[in-house]
Amino acid sequence: MAATKSERGDKLQAAVMYPLDWLEERSGIVGGIRYFLFRNVPRDSSWWHTLGSATLTAFLVQLVTGVILAMYYKPSPAEAHSSIEHIQHDLWGGWLVRGMHRWGASVFIILMFMHMGRVFLFGAYKYPRELNWIVGVLILATGLFEGLTGYLLPFDQTAYWATVVAVNINGTAPFVGPYLATVLRGGAEIGPDTLARFYSIHMLLVPGALIALIGLHLYLVVRLGITSPPWSKEAAGVEPDDEPPPARSGLVQPGPRAAGVRRRPTE
Amino acid sequence: MEERPGDDRQQLPPPSLWPVGFAVGVVCLLVGLVISWPVAAIGAAIALVFGFLWARDVTGRPTAAAPPPDEAAARPEPVTGERFPRSRFLEGATLGLGAVIGAIVTLPAAGFALLPGFLKQKAHNVDLGPISDFEENKWKIVTFARDVTNPNVSRRTAFVRNNGLLDGVPSFTVISNRCAHVGCPVQPGGPVFEKDEKTVKTDNGDVLITPVLPAAGFICPCHGGSYDQEGNRIAGPPVRGLDRYEFDIVNGRLILGDLYSVLKVEGSGKTAKIEKVELHGPGQHADGPESWLYPLQPPH
Repeated sequence: MAATKSERGDKLQAAVMYPLDWLEERSGIVGGIRYFLFRNVPRDSSWWHTLGSATLTAFLVQLVTGVILAMYYKPSPAEAHSSIEHIQHDLWGGWLVRGMHRWGASVFIILMFMHMGRVFLFGAYKYPRELNWIVGVLILATGLFEGLTGYLLPFDQTAYWATVVAVNINGTAPFVGPYLATVLRGGAEIGPDTLARFYSIHMLLVPGALIALIGLHLYLVVRLGITSPPWSKEAAGVEPDDEPPPARSGLVQPGPRAAGVRRRPTE
Repeated sequence: MEERPGDDRQQLPPPSLWPVGFAVGVVCLLVGLVISWPVAAIGAAIALVFGFLWARDVTGRPTAAAPPPDEAAARPEPVTGERFPRSRFLEGATLGLGAVIGAIVTLPAAGFALLPGFLKQKAHNVDLGPISDFEENKWKIVTFARDVTNPNVSRRTAFVRNNGLLDGVPSFTVISNRCAHVGCPVQPGGPVFEKDEKTVKTDNGDVLITPVLPAAGFICPCHGGSYDQEGNRIAGPPVRGLDRYEFDIVNGRLILGDLYSVLKVEGSGKTAKIEKVELHGPGQHADGPESWLYPLQPPH
């Protein structure tokens, strides 16, 4: 009885493994994914270290909802706003997907800043990760540019005048400003081509740049590994058990851990 | 810095506090730019001093540890071989050919993306209807489509006043409502008589004419820029006065032409002396040292 069960188990395992092995042998992709997902990280990495993944998730939400919105949106001055109204009020689920894209944009930006703050406060931008900080700043700038170009697309009064002001602010940059503004507008004034231009930049040009930059960012994260938090005893080369347990900064009394309960199992 | 044997960590300059002072100086400089020049000057001085100290700290050490010059001189001569081998020719040819193909594909696409905005920017003259709709010395808000084929994105507003005859020709003041700060629409500082609104049919579509009494000049709702009735800046962030339209009288009708920027208007009405310059974008200085930052304007 037991023998047949394990025999069936072996067959099942073989059936599952066969396509994976087939793929792995020809592409190495299974090993690659395992390397990416199961790489070692410092033992004391914390929830703060998840802000980067959260930002990536927010970006993926923007990608998916944006692609779907593009199925219904019409980037022409005469139709843009009515197509947004159509998405919002007539189509099934349109309000939800557009809401996800609209609010998700703010979430993406906020998470980027929080992730940046974590990296700064943990000192994770230092050698050898300076280049990844620079790539991160480029991601921030392109992300903000996504916000700027996306803001015009509903094409209501707020969108129009906010874009007028934003483009004119770009126009005050020394020397290149007037030309930059003309390139952004596709003319001397906001005209019939400006909306489609912003739409193309918003959904093709800048997302492409963002995907490339995020790929580079992740490559550097995997290559260099992530940092321990600044309070890490392990990274400081101190054996955890030689030290008294970390003092908790309770307002009134130290927490139970500080009173003698060890946080880590003894090795 | 002491050299320990077997120490393969990167040799970094020791931590220094100068960047902190430099940052404080930069912050002080930026705050000063907003609130007052002396604060900015103090900030710049602090930033300069600390920046110098920091730079000296960072650059001072490696030069001390630089290899002695005779070591460089002792480097071996490059090995002399075939002067231009075949593999190098093929390598260069591949890269060069790739670059040519890349340029053939990229340049027209980039040109198509960037150049049309600078070319064929034809000005649209706008017919605002018979001048009998504009009583002498009365202000009107005139709303029209600059480009009748694209009325959605070319609706513009001008403030128009008939100044009466000057040398037998009707004189008009035609002020654009685009604020010289960042381009919001300025509003008249006074009552708008909406019930006397009038629509004039022209070749250029419907032109809306509304009487107005801008007793307090023109005020921008966005950031509070304010202008007098001639469009001179009185207060707020704008860098110059309001732009104006060229105009022409053809068969008794008022025709608007191109926009131009104005440095200063002295006097008022038909005897006003207007210092014209080429049209500048909002927020771009047209006179003074700041105007050197915008030496060339793209075609409008």
